[in-house]
Amino acid sequence: MGDHHHGPAKGLSRWLFTTNHKDIGTMYLWFSFAMFILGGSFAMIIRAELFQPGMQLVDPAFFNQMTTLHGLVMVFGAIMPSFVGLANWMIPMMIGAPDMALPRMNNWSFWILPPAFLILASTLFMEGGAPAFGWTFYAPLSTTYAPPSVTYFIFSIHVLGLSSIMGSINIIATVMNMRAPGMTYMKMPMFVWTWLITAFLLVAVMPVLAGAVTMMLMDIHFGTSFFSAAGGGDPVLFQHIFWFFGHPEVYIIILPAFGVVSQIIPAFSRKPLFGYDSMVYATAAIAFLSFVVWAHHMYTVGMPVAGELFFMYATMLIAVPTGVKVFNWVSTMWRGAMTFETPMLFAIGFLVLFTIGGFTGLMLSIAPADFQYHDSYFVVAHFHYVMVAGAVFSMSAAVYYWLPKWCGRMYNETMGKTHFWISFIGFNIAFFPQHFVGLAGMPRRIPDYALQFADFNMLSSIGAFIYGASQILFLYNVVATIVAGKPTSEEKTWDGAEGLEWTVATPAPYHTFETPPQVK
Amino acid sequence: MVLKANRLRKLALAPVLMLLSLASAGVLAAGGKVNQVNMSPGATEIGQSIFDLHMLIFWICVIIGALVFGVMFYSIYYHRKSRGVTPSTFHESTKVEIAWTVVPFLILIGMAVPATSTLLEIYDFDDAEMDIMVTGFQWRWKYEYLNEEGENVVFFSSLRTPQSEIRNAEAKGEHYLLEVDEPMVIPVDTKVRFLVTANDVIHSWWVPELAVKKDAIPGFINETWTRVSTEGIYRGQCAELCGKDHGFMPIVVNVVSKEDYAEWLDEKQAQAAQVSELMAQTFTLDELMERGETVYDRNCLACHGANGEGGVGTPIAGSPIATGDIDAHLEIGINGVPGTAMQAFGSQINNVEMAAVITYQRNAFGNNMGDMVQPIDVYNHKQGQGEN
Ligand code: HEC
Ligand code: HEM
Ligand SMILES: [Cu+2]
Ligand SMILES: [Cu+2]
Repeated sequence: MGDHHHGPAKGLSRWLFTTNHKDIGTMYLWFSFAMFILGGSFAMIIRAELFQPGMQLVDPAFFNQMTTLHGLVMVFGAIMPSFVGLANWMIPMMIGAPDMALPRMNNWSFWILPPAFLILASTLFMEGGAPAFGWTFYAPLSTTYAPPSVTYFIFSIHVLGLSSIMGSINIIATVMNMRAPGMTYMKMPMFVWTWLITAFLLVAVMPVLAGAVTMMLMDIHFGTSFFSAAGGGDPVLFQHIFWFFGHPEVYIIILPAFGVVSQIIPAFSRKPLFGYDSMVYATAAIAFLSFVVWAHHMYTVGMPVAGELFFMYATMLIAVPTGVKVFNWVSTMWRGAMTFETPMLFAIGFLVLFTIGGFTGLMLSIAPADFQYHDSYFVVAHFHYVMVAGAVFSMSAAVYYWLPKWCGRMYNETMGKTHFWISFIGFNIAFFPQHFVGLAGMPRRIPDYALQFADFNMLSSIGAFIYGASQILFLYNVVATIVAGKPTSEEKTWDGAEGLEWTVATPAPYHTFETPPQVK
Repeated sequence: MVLKANRLRKLALAPVLMLLSLASAGVLAAGGKVNQVNMSPGATEIGQSIFDLHMLIFWICVIIGALVFGVMFYSIYYHRKSRGVTPSTFHESTKVEIAWTVVPFLILIGMAVPATSTLLEIYDFDDAEMDIMVTGFQWRWKYEYLNEEGENVVFFSSLRTPQSEIRNAEAKGEHYLLEVDEPMVIPVDTKVRFLVTANDVIHSWWVPELAVKKDAIPGFINETWTRVSTEGIYRGQCAELCGKDHGFMPIVVNVVSKEDYAEWLDEKQAQAAQVSELMAQTFTLDELMERGETVYDRNCLACHGANGEGGVGTPIAGSPIATGDIDAHLEIGINGVPGTAMQAFGSQINNVEMAAVITYQRNAFGNNMGDMVQPIDVYNHKQGQGEN
């Protein structure tokens, strides 16, 4: 391999040892899709059990393992790595850099992920079963009362935290140091901006999560009592620490999605993004506020009223920058010349459903009302509107949008649109009725429910199965494109698309921008 | 079958129902109704204020949503390339951007004002007329009436729905999963303060129609209160994941007239007196076995199995403890095994029940030890460790 401009190595070693941002991006994307399927099958088990009142398929203990693993796998295995994969592929191409700043670390941050999830999934086969304390793992259910597998859970959280931190350091280093000449901060594509801010959030809060699980480990094995009231500890402390990580975490999930949508809507509106500057400031404001609102998840733990008021006002405030974003997207569409290819359909689906999720978020932020919503299915509906219709829809949009650039082949548009419509309809059938049962008093995380909730739960399960099935179509479409899609070599797949990634050849060569482009 | 066809027909109507229900959400009446789609104002003033707040924000969101989506769909319809439009190029407007930062901010202030006043009302614990201690256990609730007139009234409240209904062997009753062996009873039009705590993990005491949800946290005592204005039976559930049977620890509150409440209280106190008489009694093996079976089924079966075969807990049939030293067995019954799911039942069941269940475990499931524990033995065992 004397030649400097070599292509990829052959065989397995290409993937094991690669330091190429595109290879690593690809691996991240496939890995996250695999996790999406795994987490999705857990969800199918949950919805199948909830199809009718009564216990039919699984026992309550296993049901709790399913809800726990579903949440953990989706958040840490599917959504987060998928956006890291996207960042790997796109950030260097968008800022005119030849690769990520720290390519070897990049390889590591990916390759420690699969073992971490293997460990997490293996807890299912351990004595006492997998973790069954919810993805929020409140102590002491997750310490004194946890199954033995909790130790493996803690270890895997540590590893994936490490992976996220390495990934974000890499992104920060890349964006700050490797921009092409002329690519000033205020010229960066929104996707790069949102990821830069997300990376800072990650670096700030992943260590806090690591701290939380380490304290759990100490409580379980080394006789401390951080979270055990019997030993003078404080179970509520756990929740404060968890949510100090957890709330920024939800923005870690959604900010890159904002970025994706801010690329796609202008492209198909054939019009520049409205209010670029205010988008940047709004993103920064959201990120900043996300550090001071965590206790809105804890309105019912018995905080003093002054605390409740502070967290309520701060949370309500987040609606302002979030609103600015939505208004900007709609104004971008206004008086454009729109077409509605699959990426745009997913982006509009995102816009509509995320906004609904934002509205319910605003409702949840009102502390007295949250006394009724909290830990009910209303919350489940809220966060699926923002996480599935937000993050996952935007990820689907991103894949359709950049797939032709990645592999030089065009996906099947009809199939893509079908995927969108089935997803959209299935999603709403699955999650809209959850608002109703939640308001009517159905608690979340229960394996069986009172008869008055039966109809809506059955409906919800049917919707979930439809949504689940539509992902098979997605997989098929993507694989069929890579294997046998119509070849395309147009640099610009979409006539309205802007950005450096559309100036390189299609499919994107293994190495791009070895000499930096000039940005005017 | 008929029921099923019916449900399917209803399902077909569901999308229509969804839209209609959204539109009519504001005018819906109270009560845990079948296919209820909205929050219920419930039976308290606070519940009504929360409901009003909820509807206020709901309508604000609906109006903003209608505007935003209206503009968007207008644009999607008229500003499409297929209509031959040329895209304009505008991409900022400081005035508009300031407007849509400031206006939402003002709307938020409009929401914050009523929200704050409702919150302050909820946090006003003064002048409670009676106190009830609510303690969450895996997986049932303990209610302890704290005022003088409620002295000695302490009981557990557990799910009454039989396993056969849960396992689909029998038709499900009307209040499936929302029925308990012994409901909390409180008087109407009385400010009742709840002191909420937990014995093991975190639970949450939620009765939607009383507008009360408070986490029950070990080591903490949380306060909350209600004043119910209509007599009736109100049902709720534990709202915080608390382990395997989190879905099976309902709450039932029976709100009765003040006279009925006083009567109920007298009755409970008479019962308590009776139990303390029983404490001094000596029982035969058969009597203990009979009582023991009931106690076992209520308290131990969930973990140790209907035939003592074990589950979350170790098997009792042939267990070295249940067939070994009787004092060691009693010790586990009273103080549990720290650090495991085996709790200290000494504070959960009375001495008669403890004596009966230990005797039962030693003589049922083929254990046939032939020995027994009397209430006085339990009393002495507890005394021996300086507990009462
Ligand atoms: C929440 C679940 C749970 C419930 C309810 C429960 N137990 Fe247990 N029990 C356990 C567990 C777990 C163990 C094993 C503890 C250990 O690891 O030593 C156990 C062990 C025991 C043992 C020791 C058996 C042996 O051979 O090790 C006895 C005796 C016992 N329980 C009695 C009772 C009685 C009496 C009741 C009802 C009043 C009861 N248990 C209810 C979970 C439970
Ligand atoms: C307008 C913005 C938002 C506001 C005001 C908001 C507010 C809230 C509040 C108050 C809760 C707590 C509800 C409760 O437990 O009682 C909550 C829960 C939640 N939100 Fe949001 N939210 C917003 C946007 C988002 C976004 C963008 C995401 C993620 C993509 C998100 C994800 C979640 C999740 C996962 C939970 C539930 C966590 C759990 O208990 O398991 N939210 N939200
Ligand atoms: Cu939050
Ligand atoms: Cu619970």
